[in-house]
Amino acid sequence: MMESTDTYEVPPPDEVTGPWWDATRERRLVVQRCADCGHRQHYPRALCTGCGKLSGEFAEVTGRGRVDTFSVVHRAPRGGLEVPYVLARVRLAEGPVLVTNIVGCPPGDVVCDLPVVVDWRPLPDGRALPVFRPDPSARSV
Amino acid sequence: MTVAIVGVAESDLGVTGRSILGLQTQGITRALADAGLALADVDGLATAGVARFSATQLAEYLGIEPAWTDSTFAGGSAFEMYVARAVQAIDAGQCTTAVISYGSNQRSARSRKLGGNVDAHTPEAQFEVPYGPLYPISYYAMVAQKYLHAYGAKRDSLAEIAVAAREWALLNPAAFRHGAGPLTVDDVLSADQVASPLGTLDCCLVTDGGGAIVLTSLDRARDLRADPVVVLGYGESTTNSGMGAVDNLLRPGSFDSAARAYRMAGLGPADVDVAEVYDSFTITALLSLEALGFCAPGEGADFVADGRLRPGGALPFNTSGGGLSYNHPGMYGLLLLVEAVRQLRGECGDRQVADPAVALAHGTGGIFSTHATVLLGRDGRGEWG
Repeated sequence: MMESTDTYEVPPPDEVTGPWWDATRERRLVVQRCADCGHRQHYPRALCTGCGKLSGEFAEVTGRGRVDTFSVVHRAPRGGLEVPYVLARVRLAEGPVLVTNIVGCPPGDVVCDLPVVVDWRPLPDGRALPVFRPDPSARSV
Repeated sequence: MTVAIVGVAESDLGVTGRSILGLQTQGITRALADAGLALADVDGLATAGVARFSATQLAEYLGIEPAWTDSTFAGGSAFEMYVARAVQAIDAGQCTTAVISYGSNQRSARSRKLGGNVDAHTPEAQFEVPYGPLYPISYYAMVAQKYLHAYGAKRDSLAEIAVAAREWALLNPAAFRHGAGPLTVDDVLSADQVASPLGTLDCCLVTDGGGAIVLTSLDRARDLRADPVVVLGYGESTTNSGMGAVDNLLRPGSFDSAARAYRMAGLGPADVDVAEVYDSFTITALLSLEALGFCAPGEGADFVADGRLRPGGALPFNTSGGGLSYNHPGMYGLLLLVEAVRQLRGECGDRQVADPAVALAHGTGGIFSTHATVLLGRDGRGEWG
């Protein structure tokens, strides 16, 4: 998809989030999976919120999920964003929730529980933002 | 519980052209006058939104050196949290007379931003802000969308919250919308959308405003000018900073904060005679009705349908006109307490609830982030008297 005109500069990764952003350079979506308790979490943290241990490994996910909920934004919070657009919480098939945008369909087509699949919005520095579009291979509930 | 609120006041409200510290001074001096106390009596101070060192800045400005301060920054619920901490400080003997205050000139200063203020080092800056959320409304909008979907409710139920708030504001001369005339459900539904399903009339006001309350021991309170209002119980819950963290958006931390406050007070929702509940957006109030136990989860829409929250309805609710139609100075929690105390004292004129014994004030801060419930009672009206 087209590079965004968004004026927001996504902050650089830190020592915890680096591997997650590195994966986006290869268009791979990952979440942390705890080697001790198996808990999956997003965003990446320096500890597991399931068991409190420190072993955050990254595991690739399917990129499929459902819209937990959403809102159509009608007033842009900054320059370079064209309204309306859809802000959403997507619950991945593996469990974690991502805050994201739904793209590839008119905002009016988005509903809660809509099956979606990951897509990528390139950032100027080679990283990419995972966004989601309706998943034609999934049956709607 | 052995601590009482003995003075309350609003600062100037609306579009004041005043400074933050000027509004703070108005609220504090008026509340002390209401209590029959002087600035020299104040040895405890809690406030937020003044500066980076909020209580420190304000104490210096007032020329006092408090033995206890609190500047916990937790958004609009901080003031209900300060009540808990002030009670503990007074009970523990750390201070004798605590002032909780707030002031904002956000409307005059045009300091409000649609996207909010996010620190670049927070996870939100990397994982949420890139997607263009409006802060805080996008989160409340997503909760509202989830609510409508999960419970098969209609936007009319959200609109009823705004309609009821306006009805109360028409009875309150201090309300920003006092002279604006009534709202209809259709007015709310047809207003411009900001973040679906919420439109402009689902959103609280953006005004200047503030005020203060004064607390001291119940023993001492009984010798002061006004009838003491006793702090009966309090409870809190802190749940999230960002928009992705909470698993079930329909069970915010207010369920826990309310349960904790009721347990401490030995009371339940049926004991509450008047409720002042944070209404940053219509969904905030609708979901809080369920969290506070006035109805079961999913029943909020039916609960409000018969005008129950309007003047004369079964549950006196946001009797000032609320953040939606009375005043919303960025953080509204202090003014919830002011109205709750005035109702218990019987000072509310046309909007006065008949002889209430117990009032509830419930604050919500951030994006359903911090939740704090306070139960207040009239001295001499229950076991606490």
